[in-house]
Amino acid sequence: MALKKFISLKRSENRKVFITYIAVIAAFIICQGLSMAGLLSSSMQGMLVPICAYMVMAISLNLVVGVSGELSLGHAGFMSVGAFSGVAAAIIMQNFITYAPLRLALAMIIGALFASIAGFLIGVPVLRLKGDYLAIVTLAFGEIIKSILNNFFLGIDQNGLHMSMLKDTTNLAEGGRLIIRGPMGINGITKISTFIAGFILVMIALIIVFNLVNSRLGRALMAIRDDRIAAESIGLDVTKSKMTAFVISAALAGAAGCLFAMNYFTIEARKFDFNMSILILVFVVLGGQGNFLGSMIAAAALTILPEKLREFADYRMLLYAVILIMAMLISNNDEIKYFFRKLNPFRNKQEAE
Amino acid sequence: MDLLRHFINGMSLGSIYAIIALGYTMVYGIAKMLNFAHGDVIMVGAYVCFYAVSRYKLPPFVGVALAVLLCTILGIIVERLAYKPLRQAPSLAVLITAIGVSYFLQNTALLLWSSNPKIFPSIIKRASIKLFGGQLSISHITILTIVTCVLIMIVLNLFVNKTRLGKAMRACSEDKGAALLMGINVNATISMTFAIGSGLAAIAGALLCSAYPTLMPTTGALPGIKAFTAAVFGGIGSISGALLGGLLLGVIEIFAKAYISSQLSDAVVFAVLIIVLLVKPAGLLGKMTQEKV
Amino acid sequence: MSKNKTKLVPVPSKAMIPERDIARAPVLECVNLGITLGGIKAVEDFNVTIGRTEIAGLIGPNGAGKTTVFNLLTKVYQPTTGTILLNGQDTHGFDTVQVNKAGIARTFQNIRLFKNLSVIDNVKAAMNNEMKYNLLSAVLKLPSYRREELAIHHRALKLLSIFDMQDSADVSAGSLPYGAQRRLEIVRALATNPSLLLLDEPAAGMNPSETVELMDSIRKVHEMFQVAIILIEHDMSLVMNICESICVLNFGHIIAKGTPDDIQSNPAVIEAYLGRKK
Ligand SMILES: Nc1ncnc2c1ncn2[C@@H]1O[C@H](COP(=O)(O)OP(=O)(O)OP(=O)(O)O)[C@@H](O)[C@H]1O
Ligand SMILES: [Mg+2]
Repeated sequence: MALKKFISLKRSENRKVFITYIAVIAAFIICQGLSMAGLLSSSMQGMLVPICAYMVMAISLNLVVGVSGELSLGHAGFMSVGAFSGVAAAIIMQNFITYAPLRLALAMIIGALFASIAGFLIGVPVLRLKGDYLAIVTLAFGEIIKSILNNFFLGIDQNGLHMSMLKDTTNLAEGGRLIIRGPMGINGITKISTFIAGFILVMIALIIVFNLVNSRLGRALMAIRDDRIAAESIGLDVTKSKMTAFVISAALAGAAGCLFAMNYFTIEARKFDFNMSILILVFVVLGGQGNFLGSMIAAAALTILPEKLREFADYRMLLYAVILIMAMLISNNDEIKYFFRKLNPFRNKQEAE
Repeated sequence: MDLLRHFINGMSLGSIYAIIALGYTMVYGIAKMLNFAHGDVIMVGAYVCFYAVSRYKLPPFVGVALAVLLCTILGIIVERLAYKPLRQAPSLAVLITAIGVSYFLQNTALLLWSSNPKIFPSIIKRASIKLFGGQLSISHITILTIVTCVLIMIVLNLFVNKTRLGKAMRACSEDKGAALLMGINVNATISMTFAIGSGLAAIAGALLCSAYPTLMPTTGALPGIKAFTAAVFGGIGSISGALLGGLLLGVIEIFAKAYISSQLSDAVVFAVLIIVLLVKPAGLLGKMTQEKV
Repeated sequence: MSKNKTKLVPVPSKAMIPERDIARAPVLECVNLGITLGGIKAVEDFNVTIGRTEIAGLIGPNGAGKTTVFNLLTKVYQPTTGTILLNGQDTHGFDTVQVNKAGIARTFQNIRLFKNLSVIDNVKAAMNNEMKYNLLSAVLKLPSYRREELAIHHRALKLLSIFDMQDSADVSAGSLPYGAQRRLEIVRALATNPSLLLLDEPAAGMNPSETVELMDSIRKVHEMFQVAIILIEHDMSLVMNICESICVLNFGHIIAKGTPDDIQSNPAVIEAYLGRKK
């Protein structure tokens, strides 16, 4: 009771935020404990960082889809921009920043920066459109980013950075290193992503997004989402608010992409395709639009699930598809929805009537 | 001469896109949903046609007819089981369901037919036509594709404008509530739209794989997305828009492949889409509606 | 409250009226305002002048074009003809946001609240433009964030209390009863500090006692904020009671203007409402 008063949990939003922080911290402590006690299977161990990256992606996309109310089908594009720029930066920094956590942090910041620039450039045309048209243009941009990165070459030698498109015409001097190799992506990455780094990124993403949602930006975004015309009638600048959310979301996706990529020896642009964008969208829809904890749980569950389904071998993706469809059918069934609403201890009194 | 050849190839590819885009556009017009599983119906149609022709040695025409039949049934089943319960659900839930159906179809195909690419037999075995003293050669399949597309457009336009069912379809896409009050069976009309769209997808599948003969469970995905782009390009919901969008997209893609870069051709296609939508936010032939306040 | 109240009577803008206070520009002047919607002239030759602190009524049969006038004033629809002067400033080329910043706030005939936001957040959203803190201070919860948020929290509660709604501040707006939703729309509009408040059928769907309360609240708001109000309403007792001047629309045209007494005895108005006597 005293604790409750202390953080003023009167409003259900505050309570949700609080529960989310606690849940993430608890999950981290449990996983870290299990992992140190050697109780985690090696496949689970390997999934910890990707799960963190996917959680941040889910938070990032939920800011656009859940809070802003715009459908983005190209979020993997921002992830890949962050991954490629961040990893390239990490490789360049390798020789003079030897402390890996610092290098990772800088790489993630650089990844976020590049992704936010991409987010801004894409946001200018995209946010003028509405609804499904906006969605299709984000899809288009996702594909364009993939095509460009798939044909992009970047190398470094004593004369500095060299880049080229389509063909490798970087002509690196002796001792130079070709970092991004077009369709081959980047290989020879030093794996410096850790679970702790992932956890910290998740927490930072949560703090940023929660505090923004509880600020004037968040109110403006949700107002515009609920009723654009009414929002304009009270002077809310639709484009500016949406753009801010889009850029922040892109930056988070970029950082997540960098974390994700630094967990593997090689990355290719192909990995961040339409299916990846959809996967993240599924996290958001399953977890609930605007429900950050839910979408993080969905991210974790849907990353672990295919692995757990491995015993079904060939049938696992089929099962995955069936589960996806069933989840949608069940979660939108009115009777079941009503049943769950009654169970929810946090429902508003108003709703209960 | 190269220009003409690329143009004809573009028209042919565009015709395929247009036929697929029709399915997208009709379903979008009536159910307001982005049916991402549409591309995979193409793949199913192509597989049916493949087995009918190369395994069971049926004549190509019968193979295509069989594919159309099976895909139509598939379309109706999918609509009944997966989409119909979600009529009132938020559009995002429907979108995810469609994607689930897409994964389902792809993985079923993977189990049934394995991931090894099949070499699709051309449904026309004759040599290509030589024009201008052999400078320009056009394959029969190219001509067949364009002709089929034109025929489908004519038939569909007649259907939508002249028949009762077609008019019911248009009424439903204008205003479902009003259509219901006028005694139109909205559910049946939506089912029929899915059926027609899926049947067309089967034809597109056969044509696509005759022109690009590698058949895999993921064959339908990218053409599906591009055809969807074509539908948006022309103005989603509009039949002539789908034709225009499909043809333009095909021509742009072939020219981009020939003159810019084959790796970047998809990027060029999508870039053109973005530019078009910025100039005409509802697509080339779509009309903007003013929201009543 | 010490402001000098000069009442202006709406007149056809070209006409000269001796008692008009020329030194103080009217809050709104419409000249030949018109729009064509779906091929019909939904509003045509709309000429009206509204004084600084006037309560004007806009009435007319269904489909007369009343809501369309509001949509033109707030640029939800772009006028096809005519000029709108707001506090003497031409709003040509403005969009809805700019019009609001220039001083018009409105409510909607079909309630358009932010349904998933709490009642108080609906009001706070309307105070967005007066807050100055940047995103960084929001993320880090810096003092500037806390200070401004606290300030608007209190101001929002105060506004809500005008309509006795402070107790439901944390309820989601969509779950409010109908009458309360209409009142919340007025509070939200007021929160933007308008100089002209447009109310589109605020009493629609309210019972008689609620309507009387609403009338008092509108008077209170008018007193407190010294704001000009245009009121669209089908409830004649409400209109006749609180409006200083009334403008009657029929088929997109103004058929009468004047004081409530003039309007009640105007044959053209009676005909428009009751139909031609056979
Ligand atoms: N966006 C639009 N497109 C086409 N016609 C429109 C549009 N908005 C309004 N109209 C038409 O303009 C006319 C005036 O409508 P308006 O809503 O202004 O009437 P009103 O006076 O507010 O009526 P009510 O008392 O029923 O609210 C009507 O014939 C209406 O159908
Ligand atoms: Mg009205």
